[in-house]
Amino acid sequence: MLFIIVPAYNEEKNIGRVVSGLFEHGYNNVVVVDDGSDDGTSETAKGAGAEVIIHPVNRGQGAALQTGQDYAIREGAEIVVHFDGDGQFNPEDIAPAIELINSGDCDVVLGSKLLDGRSKIPWTKRRIIIPLARFLNHIFTGVKLSDVHNGFRVLNRLALEKIEITNSGMAHNTEIVRKIREHGLKFKEHPVEVTYYKYGQGARGGLQIVFDLLISKIIK
Amino acid sequence: MLIQYLLVLIFLYGLVRSITRFRHKEFSKTNLVVWIILWLVGIVVVLIPDVTFSIARVFGVGRGADLVVYLSLAVLFLVVFRLVSKTEKMERDITKLTRKIALEKVTKK
Repeated sequence: MLFIIVPAYNEEKNIGRVVSGLFEHGYNNVVVVDDGSDDGTSETAKGAGAEVIIHPVNRGQGAALQTGQDYAIREGAEIVVHFDGDGQFNPEDIAPAIELINSGDCDVVLGSKLLDGRSKIPWTKRRIIIPLARFLNHIFTGVKLSDVHNGFRVLNRLALEKIEITNSGMAHNTEIVRKIREHGLKFKEHPVEVTYYKYGQGARGGLQIVFDLLISKIIK
Repeated sequence: MLIQYLLVLIFLYGLVRSITRFRHKEFSKTNLVVWIILWLVGIVVVLIPDVTFSIARVFGVGRGADLVVYLSLAVLFLVVFRLVSKTEKMERDITKLTRKIALEKVTKK
């Protein structure tokens, strides 16, 4: 069974489009984890046909993803897809990524917006933020990736069981990469299209990630 | 000096509060002893500042006031570290609870 996990926080405006986009591409097990939204995210997602899991309070994207993963494990998932709830991803990128998993070459597929020319990336992101994030990711995980904070991932059952996300905030991205390495899981990067409706995380979000990573190094 | 009276008054208030808290069973015995010692040390240091001078000499620090600053900083760092660790632990526990509640509701559907 295949589950698409969509973490969403206050995405009332986008979540409906995201969910119906997934259904249109033939994915019927769409699990939206509403991370304590104040708006109508869960109602909209339900209306679009998704299974909705609601966090009573906001816990962060990492926490929402793990809740989705726990659910998927319980429901006997063989493959899960992480798919952002803000509509930045293209559902067409899922099928080839799943093929990579099914071919048995890898346990995890990580999306990258830098492997083809489809994504229009703001200049400051391309030239400053992404290279910096890439460098920090290499230091913290020992793995070299072209695009380190991409929310598009496909995991097989083995990876799903091994990668337990404990970092509630945005540092879960780095944590996932670290765990891939620690458990000796095979991974591949895969080109995905990212459409920027909003800028994403600014400098403050980036600093918060580095702080979270340092704390998690000290406190287990 | 006025500052001495003021500080002594504050410390005495702390001392009295500690004892009443213990009486109301909001404070354990160890807590009470530690706080009484702290308040008393504070009062002694304020009334006879020269005491710190001799203590500072023992530790190899020039002035009593410096010793107090150094020690306070060290203690503060420890306290902050403890607080950060505790908050982090609490954050994780809250996440676990949130997840449990969220997943239980899905089953009941």
